[in-house]
This record gives sequence, C-alpha cells and structure tokens, in this order.
Amino acid sequence: MPRKIVVTGIGATTPLGGDAQSTWRALLAGESGISTLEQDWIATYEVPVTFAGQAKVPATEALTPQEAKRLDPSSQFALVAAREAWADAGSPEVEPERLAVEFATGIGGVWTLLDAYDTLKEKGPRRVLPMTIPMLMPNGPAAAVGMDIAARGGVRTAVSACASSTEAIANAYDRLQTGEVDVVVAGGCEAGIHPLPLAAFAAMHALSKRNDEPARASRPYDVNRDGFVMGEGGAALVLETEEHAIARGAKIYAELIGGAVTSDAHHITAPDPEGTGAARAVIAALKHSNVDLADVVHINAHATSTPVGDIAEYTALRRVFGDHLDKIAISATKSSTGHLLGGAGAIEAIFTVLALHERTAPPTINLDDQDPAIPLDVVTSPRKLEGDSIVAISNSFGFGGHNAVIAFRSTN
Amino acid sequence: MALSQAEVLSGLAEIVNEETGIAADAVQLDKSFTDDLDIDSISMMTIVVNAEDKFGVKIPQTKKLRT
Repeated sequence: MPRKIVVTGIGATTPLGGDAQSTWRALLAGESGISTLEQDWIATYEVPVTFAGQAKVPATEALTPQEAKRLDPSSQFALVAAREAWADAGSPEVEPERLAVEFATGIGGVWTLLDAYDTLKEKGPRRVLPMTIPMLMPNGPAAAVGMDIAARGGVRTAVSACASSTEAIANAYDRLQTGEVDVVVAGGCEAGIHPLPLAAFAAMHALSKRNDEPARASRPYDVNRDGFVMGEGGAALVLETEEHAIARGAKIYAELIGGAVTSDAHHITAPDPEGTGAARAVIAALKHSNVDLADVVHINAHATSTPVGDIAEYTALRRVFGDHLDKIAISATKSSTGHLLGGAGAIEAIFTVLALHERTAPPTINLDDQDPAIPLDVVTSPRKLEGDSIVAISNSFGFGGHNAVIAFRSTN
Repeated sequence: MALSQAEVLSGLAEIVNEETGIAADAVQLDKSFTDDLDIDSISMMTIVVNAEDKFGVKIPQTKKLRT
C-alpha cells in the first residue's frame, strides 16, 4: 500500500490576488486577472501582444529590499508563495534532513539574464553583477525556498515547460513515498512578462492577439479562442505524509493520491493529436491508489485556449474516461489567471485541492460559444461537487511533449 | 572634480546600505567590510561594481578592501 500523502498548506501570488485565498475568491467570482500592459517596452519593441496577467500584488511588497535585490522576479514569486504555504501549514517542526523542496519554473531567470546582457553590451563586463548567475539559474527559485525553510533533504527543480510544476508535485509524491522525507514544499513560478518571451511566443502564434479585449482573450473551449495569455506568479503546496500531519495536529485540505509523467515523442511543440501520452499520464496518476475512474468528479484541465491544444486534451480525456467524461465537471481556470507557464500546474493544483475541500468547482469564464468539437461539461459558474469521497485531477502539458497529471481525493 | 573623503564615505555607505541593509552610519573609516560589517563576498563584489560605477574609478580586484 502506498503511504497516504496530504496537503496541509497552500500559498500563491497570481494575477487574481496576492495570496491563495484572495486568488480563489476572485476565481469563484469569475474575475479576470488579464489587463493591458502599460510598460514603456511595449511601444519600444512594438510587441504584437500588448496584454498579460500581471501579478495583482508585486512580489517586492512582501520582501525586504535586500531579498528583492538578490532574487530574480521568478524566485521572488516562489518565495512569497512558499512562505504563505509554510505559514498556512503552521510552520511544521520537521527535521531539516527530512524536509525537501520540489520547485519548478518553465523559463527561469529571464529578466536577470537579459538585463545582464544589456549591461554587458552597454557598460562592459566589469559592470555585470556577481549575483547574475545564481539569480538566473533555473534552480534559483527552489534554492531560495529551500534556504528559507532550511530544507536539507534535497532541493530539486523540474523543468518541463508548462508541465513543470505539475511534474514537481508528482516528484514530491514519489519522494514522500520513498520514506526518505516527511514533508515537501512543492510548487512553481514564472516571471516571463518580458518583451522577449512575449515576442517569441507571438512569433509561433501561440498567444491570443485580442489586444482590444484583454479580459476576454483567454477563452478555453470557445470557438473564437485564438491562443493563450501569458500570466505570472507563483504557487506552493506543503505536502506531507498523513502520519506526520496527524502527529502534529495539522489541518488537512485533501489527499494527494498520485502523480505521473509521460512523454509523447511526437513533436517539439504540437501535442499528439491522438492524446495517447496524455491519457497514459491520467491513468498512471490514478493507478497509484487504485481509484476507480468513476470516482473522478472534477478535472482542472490544462486548457490553455489554443485552437489545437484544447482539442488534443479533450481527445485524451475521452480516451480515458469514455462516457463517464460527460459526468465530470471541467474547469479551465486559465480563462481567469492566464497561463503561468512553470507556475500553472501549482496554482491549478491549489484550485483542485480547494475545489475538493470546499466541494465547489470553479468557473470557466469567457465561454460564449462552446466549440462543438469539444463536448465537455464545462463549469461556467461555481458548481457544487456531490459525493462522499470524491476525486479530482489536474492536467498539465508542456512544449517538448511533456504530460503531467496529479490526482487528489477529498478528506473532509 | 575631486570628492572629499566625507563625500566618498557617504557615497559608499549609501551603496552598502542599498545592497545589504546595513545602516549607513555603521560604515566608518576604521571598519572592515568583511570583518566588522560581516558583508559576504558576493555582496562585496556588488558593492565594488556599484562603487566603480558611482565614482568612475577602477578598484583592483586584489586590493584588500577597507572602509
């Protein structure tokens, strides 16, 4: 029998709010975190996409000036989210050697890297700051979190584009199953609202170009969806063995019953249209705890609002669930948050956990005209989730053919 | 235009404060950055880069730095 793993703390800073609860409340209220970018560089570089989901509360507000100075914005989001999750879990007393971190990013310290390159070009190598490397390295966020909570059981970084932080949570599940650690802080972050990633994603026609209606641009499953909307922020969960959580009297949000990662080996950016790799990930995530497919009542879909991606995920889900899919409440929360890339899986994991904890599936906004090729039961206003012991999954897929799926079960 | 010792000191103190949060008035002529103010090597290098920028000078990497 696998060990029981539970969620005992959550934290987030997102386009919807500066913490997990205000993000969740804004999500339930059907708000959009997407707005027009006012930065000078929009005009300077004539970036073709002029909107994104910026963090509602700047991370620097929750950090000392010295912390902010030494951390790339991605790591700032990570630290803010992880501190909230840690405090929410009651700042567990745990042997440092039995405490680990699994913290992901999709791109890493892109602001630091490109700012340093500007400095090099304009002022020469002597002006390049010595903190440049530790700030830009993709393990920077994980390292910052690990130092902050004194985790000595291993600090690791999953990097698999938009699947990164779901993979980090799946890795945390595996790590806890080994018995080597009692507690893992898992999550992800991204700070990619910079002209270069925006221009590059726009160049591959991945982004919505709905510049005149930013709050309506992220519209998963809608016939008029035209790409994803970039978001930024961070999210973190405190995961621990049930034994450890109960021994210290921790509050428990939900049980993490499994996680799995597969790969398509199909195309560097396009999803496998048959969805077989994604389907295998769903099945593998549920297999850990011998859950019946019929127990799944809710899915937080990857659903980025791209024309091809939304259909590929639907195909995969139909492959797995068959007719039962029609009874599953589907939420596509990127409609409100935008796509946090390496942070997406973690914030969606929190939404999935809270949906089980509060027995409420969050709404999908901007679904005016559902694509007939995607006949899913999409939740458009908060919906009660019925059932005694209920299961939900969260999917994430990333460029490179990465599929990551995590599964949770209600505990209350 | 040459700066007075006091102007250099207060300029340095500002850089140190910005980088490390150490109170500007703790930065004194007879204090060592590393031994007295406990500034780590990476902060020290950042302070050097910022001081070079501010005062338009080059600080040799090998010189033992003291305020």
